[in-house]
Amino acid sequence: MTDQLLESGARPQPTVGWPGWLRVTSVYAHTYRRTWRSSMSASFLFPVLYLAAMGVGLGSLIDHHAGGIDGVRYLDFLAPGLLAGTVLQIAVAEATYPVVGAVKWTRVYWAMLASPLGTDDLVLGFLVWIAVRMAMVSAIFLGVMAAFGTVRSPLGLLVVPVSMIAGVAFAAPVASYAVLSTNDQGFAAINRFIVVPLFLFSTTFFPLHQLPVGLRVVAQLTPLFHGVNLTRALCLGQIAPLQNAADLLYLVVLAGASTLSCAASFKKRLVQ
Amino acid sequence: MTPNQTAVPLRIVPLGFLGTRRSLRVVERNVFVYRSGWIILVSGFFEPLFYLLSIGLGLNHLVGPLDVEGTKVAYTAFVAPSLLATSAMNGALFDATYNMFFKLKISKVYDTMLATPLDPTDVALGELTWSVVRGGLYATAFFLVMAVMGFVTSWWSLLLLPAALLMAAAFGAVGMAVTTFMRSWQDFDLVGLALIPMFLFSATFYPVTVYPGWLQAVVKLTPLYQGVVLARGMALGHLHPVLLLSVAYLAAMAIVGAIITGRRVRQLLLS
Amino acid sequence: MVAQGLEKRFGDFTAVAGIDFSISRGESFGFLGPNGAGKTSTMRMVACMSPHTGGQLSVLGMDPRTSGSTIRSRIGLVPQQDSLDDELTVEDNLYLYGRYFDLPKRLIRERAVRLLEFAQLTERAKDKVEPLSGGMKRRLTIARSLISEPELLILDEPTTGLDPQARHLLWDRLYRLKSQGVTLVITTHYMDEAEQLCDRLVVMDKGRIVAEGSPRALIEQHSTREVVELRFGLDQQHQGATAIADLAERIEVLPDRVLLYVHDGDAAVAEVHRRGLLPESSLVRRSTLEDVFLRLTGRSLVD
Repeated sequence: MTDQLLESGARPQPTVGWPGWLRVTSVYAHTYRRTWRSSMSASFLFPVLYLAAMGVGLGSLIDHHAGGIDGVRYLDFLAPGLLAGTVLQIAVAEATYPVVGAVKWTRVYWAMLASPLGTDDLVLGFLVWIAVRMAMVSAIFLGVMAAFGTVRSPLGLLVVPVSMIAGVAFAAPVASYAVLSTNDQGFAAINRFIVVPLFLFSTTFFPLHQLPVGLRVVAQLTPLFHGVNLTRALCLGQIAPLQNAADLLYLVVLAGASTLSCAASFKKRLVQ
Repeated sequence: MTPNQTAVPLRIVPLGFLGTRRSLRVVERNVFVYRSGWIILVSGFFEPLFYLLSIGLGLNHLVGPLDVEGTKVAYTAFVAPSLLATSAMNGALFDATYNMFFKLKISKVYDTMLATPLDPTDVALGELTWSVVRGGLYATAFFLVMAVMGFVTSWWSLLLLPAALLMAAAFGAVGMAVTTFMRSWQDFDLVGLALIPMFLFSATFYPVTVYPGWLQAVVKLTPLYQGVVLARGMALGHLHPVLLLSVAYLAAMAIVGAIITGRRVRQLLLS
Repeated sequence: MVAQGLEKRFGDFTAVAGIDFSISRGESFGFLGPNGAGKTSTMRMVACMSPHTGGQLSVLGMDPRTSGSTIRSRIGLVPQQDSLDDELTVEDNLYLYGRYFDLPKRLIRERAVRLLEFAQLTERAKDKVEPLSGGMKRRLTIARSLISEPELLILDEPTTGLDPQARHLLWDRLYRLKSQGVTLVITTHYMDEAEQLCDRLVVMDKGRIVAEGSPRALIEQHSTREVVELRFGLDQQHQGATAIADLAERIEVLPDRVLLYVHDGDAAVAEVHRRGLLPESSLVRRSTLEDVFLRLTGRSLVD
């Protein structure tokens, strides 16, 4: 029995020099390679199907009856709203099961914390990964929109960075809840009582003035409303400087504040 | 195969979906589980409700009334029955697909049941009964909402409920049959790939006449279209003999799905 | 329970290759063997959960192929993996299991109180199953299998993965069941467990039965009275073993130690030292079923 498990015992061990968060992000990227094919095709098929069914199909009825919305075809109105809504759905999905799974089932977070990485690295690495994912999702969506002829301005390209910020703003608050939860029961509630209503009422499918006054105020307070507003302005090239600056500010502040709350939650759950 | 094995799946059919006495134990188990997870059960009902509200508030005026067989129908009244049909379908599918896969492959609940006097037929029948119950619950709740919102105008609309149960049985049975062939969670992507286009294109949100002729023919072949047409006929009081075709279509799905499920569950569990 | 030429194949793979055994009422019978010997397949057939592919099997005087449900209503099964319903509480696990047997609600509630006591889980009755310790889950699985007051209890590896304290508690519980006349059929790869619990046992290897008898008889028949365990330093095992091979009736060289099968252990140790060999440690003990197994399955490195 002469197996030698430890090579030389050199101290300090050789390192690559990556910051902690980047090592965490690279773990997500590595894991993603297993499912990227189906994930990418879903990101492509979802806008194709929705734009065809709701934008073209339902749109033909709306354009016929109401002559489009605010001067554009229903398809042009709907597409940016759907893009922002998709970013919301995917960001939330990535912040629920994968997070509680990394704590409880695969226990990846614990393995990471047994290395020199700390909880702040976990949070930052995770949110950077969310931003990367949202860049992919929104870029593919924009490509589909261009094929449907609904990107009306070159400003539309700015939707990618906006989606990255919005994705973090949506994912971080959910992740700070998910990391503390002991089971997945709350996720169904988050989806059905928060994500779906946001998706349906945050001016994704119809303009704000269709809603009764009370609901209009509520809708304007939601993060998705601002994501939709900004995305739509960029895609249509109809910028309202003050309003859109406010949209951006809302998303940046939410992303920043919820990153801090996420860091606190991770610490609370994982450092005991 | 012993004679006993071939006879069992056939027994499912004449019993209908009332279940055997022993299979009701499987239903009872699900009731127990959802007593603590009731929020999941209840929240499932809200999704179609939110859709209905969103459409009623936001899109109703934009789309305007639609012409259905010569009568003008408000857009919300047009969509409500398709959402009822969809909620019956989804209610049945929740437990027939993901949850059944979980029980078959991961939690091994069925293996435990088979150590008792229950046999695979009881398991299959019990799960199907439960799927129908869940789909029926959602449809009933949605029906009450429709009634409150004034979309139920005739006694014929009560026929929506048996129609919903039939849809739940059809989708539950086929969903379970498909689930028995799944190898991993990844395979369920294919289920989503079938369900999302069906939900979007099966004349759920606008009349099938929007499509060109060939696409209309394709859409009419989908089971959700059959369910939606049936539900819309019941809700608007447009009862035609041709609806019997939809009934036959869905009944055939339920029977074939149940037979395949019975066989496959036996194969998978008694190895 | 009688089996003749009992066989189980999965496609080309033969898990159980024609075994014969018979177990009588009130007996405690063991299947001993390493992982993959065919024990679990045998248990699943006996529990009427897996149809046999060859030979004859009769359980409680009935044929599992035609009367599976009736037989299962009279036996209790403790599977190798706990398979408790994680989504339910401790109490509800017992309750629903009873319902699977079609027992009346009141009767189940009464029995559940006693069984929780028996499994020392009364205080955890309202808790979910998931956070329970391994030992608690195992006791709950056993309690659950007793809800139908079975005449025959089948236990597949009842104590695998438990700590010593939990194992002894379980053995005590099983012993009490046995004294109440319940027939026990146990599989295990722990030899001490088989010695503790079984009146009679068979040793299985590669789907076949290689020996049968009471634990004592098997030891007497296939091993010596005492065993000396010697531990030599790194790389000196084989030299050491060669130098003392003549001292024992039989010698086994394992990766970490050398076993000498002898009548008088202390005398053998003295002789080892007299020959100038200095093992790092030496231990004299009585023969166990472990030694029988090593002998029978040839899973050894005899020089």
